[in-house]
Amino acid sequence: MGAIVQYIQSYLTSDQTPGAAGNMFWALVYIMAVFVGLSIAVIAMNWLERKILAHMQVRLGPMRVGPHGLLQPIADAIKLLLKEDIMPAEADGLVFWIAPFVVVLAAFTVFVVVPFGPTHAITDMNIGILFMLGVSSLSVLGIVMAGWASNSHYPLMGALRSSAQMVSYEVAMGLAVVSAILMTSLNASGTGTLSMIGIVQAQLAQGEWFIFKFFPLGLIAFFIFAVAMVAETNRAPFDLAEAESELTAGFHTEYSGFRWSLFFLAEYSAMIAVSSIAVTLWLGGWLRPFPNLLNSATWNFFFSFFPGAAFLFFAAICFFNAARMPKHPLFRIQTIGLAGFGVVLALIGFIFFVPAVSMRVQDIFWFTAKVAAFMYLYIWYRGTFPRYRFDQLMQMGWKVLLPMGLGVLILTASVALLQQKIWHP
Amino acid sequence: MLIGGILVITRKNPVHSALALIVTLLAQASIYLMLYAPFVAGVQIILYAGGIMVLFLFVIMLVSIDRSIRERQFNSQWVAGVIAATALGGLFIAVFAKGSSLFPDHALPVVENDNTQNIATLLYGQYMFAFEIASLLLLVAIIGAVVMAKKKI
Repeated sequence: MGAIVQYIQSYLTSDQTPGAAGNMFWALVYIMAVFVGLSIAVIAMNWLERKILAHMQVRLGPMRVGPHGLLQPIADAIKLLLKEDIMPAEADGLVFWIAPFVVVLAAFTVFVVVPFGPTHAITDMNIGILFMLGVSSLSVLGIVMAGWASNSHYPLMGALRSSAQMVSYEVAMGLAVVSAILMTSLNASGTGTLSMIGIVQAQLAQGEWFIFKFFPLGLIAFFIFAVAMVAETNRAPFDLAEAESELTAGFHTEYSGFRWSLFFLAEYSAMIAVSSIAVTLWLGGWLRPFPNLLNSATWNFFFSFFPGAAFLFFAAICFFNAARMPKHPLFRIQTIGLAGFGVVLALIGFIFFVPAVSMRVQDIFWFTAKVAAFMYLYIWYRGTFPRYRFDQLMQMGWKVLLPMGLGVLILTASVALLQQKIWHP
Repeated sequence: MLIGGILVITRKNPVHSALALIVTLLAQASIYLMLYAPFVAGVQIILYAGGIMVLFLFVIMLVSIDRSIRERQFNSQWVAGVIAATALGGLFIAVFAKGSSLFPDHALPVVENDNTQNIATLLYGQYMFAFEIASLLLLVAIIGAVVMAKKKI
């Protein structure tokens, strides 16, 4: 027993990820934490997307289940789990059965290397970014399998569109990623890195986020990635694979109940995964704003207030809306519920003000905040842009993004070489 | 990997064969990982499992598979096949039985951390010429494909 406790405690002082330290227990704890956090994030995204889209279209969105529809995602989840699971008679049983699992597996496996902080990752791989791109490219297999196994026309069309789209945008995405990786090699030893943690540390060492590096080259590479990642996750305006006006629901037309919810889960966690690639490569990952410039103890103290303050802000919104609730007795339970939710958020916020806690969660907070900005962008795109036609989509991928990516790659390499050889010989 | 390989050649449905091939390729990637070659494993997943096999599936799905399922699987060169398989199997067994003198006693000290960087140094340093020639070959193949596919350019 004592040995086990010691084994568990031995990691606490470590400055490595549990995978790198080889501590099985904490690796499992991290895996569970990431899994639970991701599921909660997907549920929250479900609610947020409906609410934000509704407000963009001057509607109210879900209002009935819980205060401001806060319990709507839970009601949805229960509804999906209780629904009958239908398999078409002519479907290819085994492939139809495996497909959603392949998609979910690919979407969740990538989070093994996502760096929420210098120590807050399940593990750090030598080939981190390559692993993420590779495994997330496997999800297209699941989509193709689902479309084909349904043995129906709309899903097959959706799967074909999806695979063509993902394969072509992967090329532009890869080129943008390579130009960011090139920037990691601008140090004394001249060797870069593919590890996710190493990439963020390179940004810290060079004193700027890669989006601002070699302005505007980093910005253009980031732009290419930001477009390609929307196409890669089959989201509006590139959601040709599930264009409901043309293909009912695309590749998951024949799916229902729990299997359908697996596709839903995979889609949103894939969105989070690609956003975290973008955050890691260009937006400095877990780094807080100005980590080098404002490096005094006072500033550290100041920035450590942010996680708690954010939660207090959300709590304040809850209290404000609870006060605005209709005073009718029928709304009393909802008002109490909303105020209670605010109290919970405020308590979490106060816990985050404890210095020991705030130092640990700071990295996670900044990383999550950056990823959350991307998630908002996804919703914003969906509310703003009309859907592309398929030939326009292909033209955009092959004739605009690919040449741009190649140009940026060549220019980045040349400028980096010039900088190393001429300006700092 | 073996199971996947056997499934590839025994399934009548070409889509099932292709999926089994993906399993085989993934297993191969994990073998690379076990040999402390993470970069090769990653590239294997991206290129073969994620890229080439998707195109395979793409083509197979466009072809009507009803006829090919009903067709009897045939192989008119099974004599040559059996001889080749026996020879290869015999070679493997011989190496396994007498292999200790062929290989060094100790495995080389593995450097996992620098694997990717080492590949880069070799590829863009010592073997630069071969690398460029290979990429030129691929470019010629791409142009050839475009010329053949498009009647009017």
